[in-house]
Amino acid sequence: MGKLVERRALKWYEELYLPAIVSGLGRTFRQMFEPDITLQYPEQRPAIADDYRGAPGLVRDDEGREKCVSCQLCEYICPPKAIVIRPGEIPEGADNEHVEKAPREFFIDMLRCIYCGYCEEVCPEEAIFMTSVYELNGATRAELVHDKPRLYEIGGTRIDPIKKWKGK
Amino acid sequence: MNDTLFTVLSTLVKIVVFVHIALILSAFMTLVERKVSAWMQDRVGPNRVGPGGLLQPIADGLKFLFKEDVIPGQVNKVLYVLAPAIVLVPSFLALAVIPFGPPVEVAGRTVQLSIADLDVGILFVFAISSLGVYGITLAGWASNSKYSLLGGVRASAQMISYEICLGLSVVSVFMATGSLRLMDVVTTQADGIWNVFLHPLGFLVFVVAAFAETNRLPFDMPEAETELVAGYHTEYSSMKFAMFFLGEYTAMFVFSALVATLFLGGWDVPFVAESTLAALGNWGSLLGFASFMLKSLAFLFFYVWVRWTIPRFRFDQLMGLGWKVLLPLALVQILLTGLFGILFSGDGGS
Repeated sequence: MGKLVERRALKWYEELYLPAIVSGLGRTFRQMFEPDITLQYPEQRPAIADDYRGAPGLVRDDEGREKCVSCQLCEYICPPKAIVIRPGEIPEGADNEHVEKAPREFFIDMLRCIYCGYCEEVCPEEAIFMTSVYELNGATRAELVHDKPRLYEIGGTRIDPIKKWKGK
Repeated sequence: MNDTLFTVLSTLVKIVVFVHIALILSAFMTLVERKVSAWMQDRVGPNRVGPGGLLQPIADGLKFLFKEDVIPGQVNKVLYVLAPAIVLVPSFLALAVIPFGPPVEVAGRTVQLSIADLDVGILFVFAISSLGVYGITLAGWASNSKYSLLGGVRASAQMISYEICLGLSVVSVFMATGSLRLMDVVTTQADGIWNVFLHPLGFLVFVVAAFAETNRLPFDMPEAETELVAGYHTEYSSMKFAMFFLGEYTAMFVFSALVATLFLGGWDVPFVAESTLAALGNWGSLLGFASFMLKSLAFLFFYVWVRWTIPRFRFDQLMGLGWKVLLPLALVQILLTGLFGILFSGDGGS
């Protein structure tokens, strides 16, 4: 059942519409002196929340080692299949040789990425994070497929309280 | 220098100056429109070209010049090319009779500050300015596209509903003045009080009809971008599109100048007697010109102000307003003016 709303009949001067027009003109005139809310984008930046889901990036630990162990869980879970990992071995004699695996190549196709954050959620090593980078552009499609150097550039170094591989 | 040469030369100078005033104003009106709309919506508006975006019209003009001039395959080429010119030319022609200021003294001769001080003044403006609608209708017809055609048809229907009110609304002014010459209208007001106080109804009807005549919101039915894409100029691009704009803004300026002339005292400076102005010589004329331009600019601002305040009328509402409200109002004003004329002066003039 709809609710019946009584509509008051317009008074004679209201039917002229002139008072309404005049009050409307007054409203817009006053609005001219209200402060502008425009953000002058390239110079001014919006405040980005810490948990913003921007472009995913790979991170290094405090010793500068890559945290990714190439388990390929993120590649597996990625809904739009944006991630491609080519696993490689860590050469014998390196101080983290017991970790055994590291990505030889790591691609994230940003034209496919839907910024869902599943990769960050699923990562057992906390090696991949959604960052606050929101400006992605390129002249070619290939430029928007992020390779390993680009991903580490986006992710940078992340110092975690838990040193999982410390002394192992 | 003989008189003929002087007349030709002074007229040429006046044509160049006044046309450029109109052109530059039209260009900057596009900026004013965007700036004012931005302020009213708490935005900043164009601010990248030049200080505070002041050079934006130049950037826009350059862009229009260098854009590809597309002539779609389905159009009637002759009329399609002709239409923008038909819109543009009448707007500038109507400028001819506008009195921009009091007469000036140049080399011992008196020069009237209007290109042609015609005896039929206002009739000339109405005759010429209503030709502009042919351009709009032709543009709609020649484009061979449904949106353009609808826009063109609306323009002609709108013109019919409003031209009569426009004409009738100023009849009372000329009844009181006793002359159709725009110079006389101004001098009468300069001596007495402004016509807006004598003929408020006529003023109201004229303003509303002027909005309809120049196809401005709330009566921009021929364009109606929310319904008709862009109305009559949907198929136009580049400089032809710019010419429609130029025509529209020049027509706005002409009608602002007309409102200033007919109702707001023209070049009369408020609270300063005409004799004081005349005693100042050419400086007085300059003052008068400034006063006239200020009034016109204020009304141009009003155009923009209204555009960003009042939403577009529905088509039948527009026709209803024109025929059922404004026409009777204009007639009432004429009747009242006649009545007052007989009652207070006995000879028909007030």
